[in-house]
Amino acid sequence: MKWLRENLFSSWPAGVATVLIFLALWKIVPQFIEWAFLDAVWRPDPKACREADGACWGFIAEKHRFILFGTYPHEQHWRPAFATILLIGLWAFSLARAFWRWWLALVWLAGLVAIGVLMWGGLFGLSYVENERWGGLILTLLLTTFGIAFAFPLSILLALGRRSDMPVIRALCVGYIELIRGVPLISVLFMASVMLPLFLPPGLTMDKLLRAQIALILFAAAYLAEVVRGGLQAIPKTQYEMADALGLRYWQKMLHVVLPQALRIAVPPLVNIFIGFFKDTSLVLIIGLFDLLSTVKVSLTDPAWSGFGVEAYLFAALVYFAFCFAMSLYSRRLEASR
Amino acid sequence: MRRVAYQAAAIAVALLVAWFLVHNTAVNLEQRRIASGFSFLGRDAGFEISESPFLSYDSSGSYLRALTVGLVNTLRVAIIGVLVATVLGTAIGLFRLSKNFLLRTLAAAYVEFIRNSPLLVQLFFWYVLITNALPPPREALQPLSGVFLTNRGFYFPLPGSVPVLEGFNFTGGMVVTPEFAALLAGLSIYTAAFIAEIVRAGVLAVSRGQWNAALAIGLKRGQALRHVVMPQALRVIVPPMASQYLNLTKNSSLAVAIGYPDLVSIANTAMNQTGQAIEGVAIIMAVYLTISLSISAFMNWYNARILAR
Repeated sequence: MKWLRENLFSSWPAGVATVLIFLALWKIVPQFIEWAFLDAVWRPDPKACREADGACWGFIAEKHRFILFGTYPHEQHWRPAFATILLIGLWAFSLARAFWRWWLALVWLAGLVAIGVLMWGGLFGLSYVENERWGGLILTLLLTTFGIAFAFPLSILLALGRRSDMPVIRALCVGYIELIRGVPLISVLFMASVMLPLFLPPGLTMDKLLRAQIALILFAAAYLAEVVRGGLQAIPKTQYEMADALGLRYWQKMLHVVLPQALRIAVPPLVNIFIGFFKDTSLVLIIGLFDLLSTVKVSLTDPAWSGFGVEAYLFAALVYFAFCFAMSLYSRRLEASR
Repeated sequence: MRRVAYQAAAIAVALLVAWFLVHNTAVNLEQRRIASGFSFLGRDAGFEISESPFLSYDSSGSYLRALTVGLVNTLRVAIIGVLVATVLGTAIGLFRLSKNFLLRTLAAAYVEFIRNSPLLVQLFFWYVLITNALPPPREALQPLSGVFLTNRGFYFPLPGSVPVLEGFNFTGGMVVTPEFAALLAGLSIYTAAFIAEIVRAGVLAVSRGQWNAALAIGLKRGQALRHVVMPQALRVIVPPMASQYLNLTKNSSLAVAIGYPDLVSIANTAMNQTGQAIEGVAIIMAVYLTISLSISAFMNWYNARILAR
């Protein structure tokens, strides 16, 4: 009773707001439950879907293989499935601070080699699958993983360069960071898809996936660099001075004194950038790669199943949400445990 | 001496990379017989643009004209989006701090769900919601007299011009296309979630003593918020808010995915037709850089004014 009074009816306007919200929920929630659950069709039967009043989850049931694995050969789907589980496992394993040791890099290396073997094949009796046929969830996860793996070291160099006392190096780094941060990701992706082929020496070509990956790396590095810079700025000046007093060279000072502390401070905002980056990989759809969102969109072009876009995109949103929300809970826990 | 050597090396590497790229590009362009330069801007575009509310345009207009229409469309959705997102975001940010449990929880759920799914998914969602769930013009919903909601757009009456059903669609009045509506809804709802967090953090950053002092002199909670807390919170709010406005403007480029004719989408069409990829990307980047730098310059000026107060 006390809780009710304090949290719902603390004053007249608050009471009115409570009643209004309650009435709105009273109307909306049952309708939504009817649509999403009670009247929904769960079997992959387009005819039943068209006749029903509710949602057509049968669409997801019918297309889940394509949505998750894209155009990967059907009888080989266990390979991307296994690779997806392995990759998620690697990420989950890396969350614990206790495992942040040098050997974690070896674990990742082994894991990524295993994923490469699974996806490409051509070894151990696995048939070869070219990467044009990769798609779905694993593509989204791989673009994120490799994007972060390469962008992160680059961003540290950029952040150090931006704080360097050498004007030329600082200007180059500032110019790069501000240029990338000033333009939309889609323009960087366009650059990779239409301009990069022109940049290469004649005769040399690069496949679409690699080009998109390079664009994502270049883009992410600029944003990560600003977060790393924030971490560097948070280190008290005395730390720099003490390292100098010990006679450490620039790189010794950075590697052994400054960066370990700065990166530790920067972890929660870094995770937030990772979340943003994970969401941003969905833009590769616009340059024609088959990531998770693309496979959902392509599934809708099947004439037998057209018109179930609301269900399809809700499902896509839920999949992305599951990953992003897990990461943001993790970031919050890290912040609280400091 | 070492410093000079390092910097000279950096310049040398940068120049070398630049030369390598320019040289390759020149060779490639020559091989493909693409003439570089911006002379294509004067040629006839030859494609239709689905909406151009302020400038007149038809397919015999030049590429320059088409790109200008695209820029105006980008600015139109960005400006309205910034306004809507600010109002919605501020409201939700304050709701998150409300004493009312329902309001607080709903606002938190909104922020979590919207922030943790990609904007592109949300744009597609709003777009299919409008085009699939609303009825065709013949069975238009009419929430108010003269206002028609259909899967081909929303029609509003203007003084002297009322939407009338003619054949398969409405004519007259003011029309909001499904593309514009979906883009505006997506951008404002998405950005509002981020703005809400900024507003919440800003209000929380004002010390408890300020609240207590304001309440002690007899101000109501709302008055205390308006006259005492908000002016101080603004100092914390303005810088991250500026970057959200920038993000919204840059994110409006996702219009290309749902077919709203913004700058990127028209430049993309122009690139596909003329093969002038470098010029197209350069135009897009230059325009967004200009917008970005102007917004940050304005925000710096505004921020300096607030700090000086």
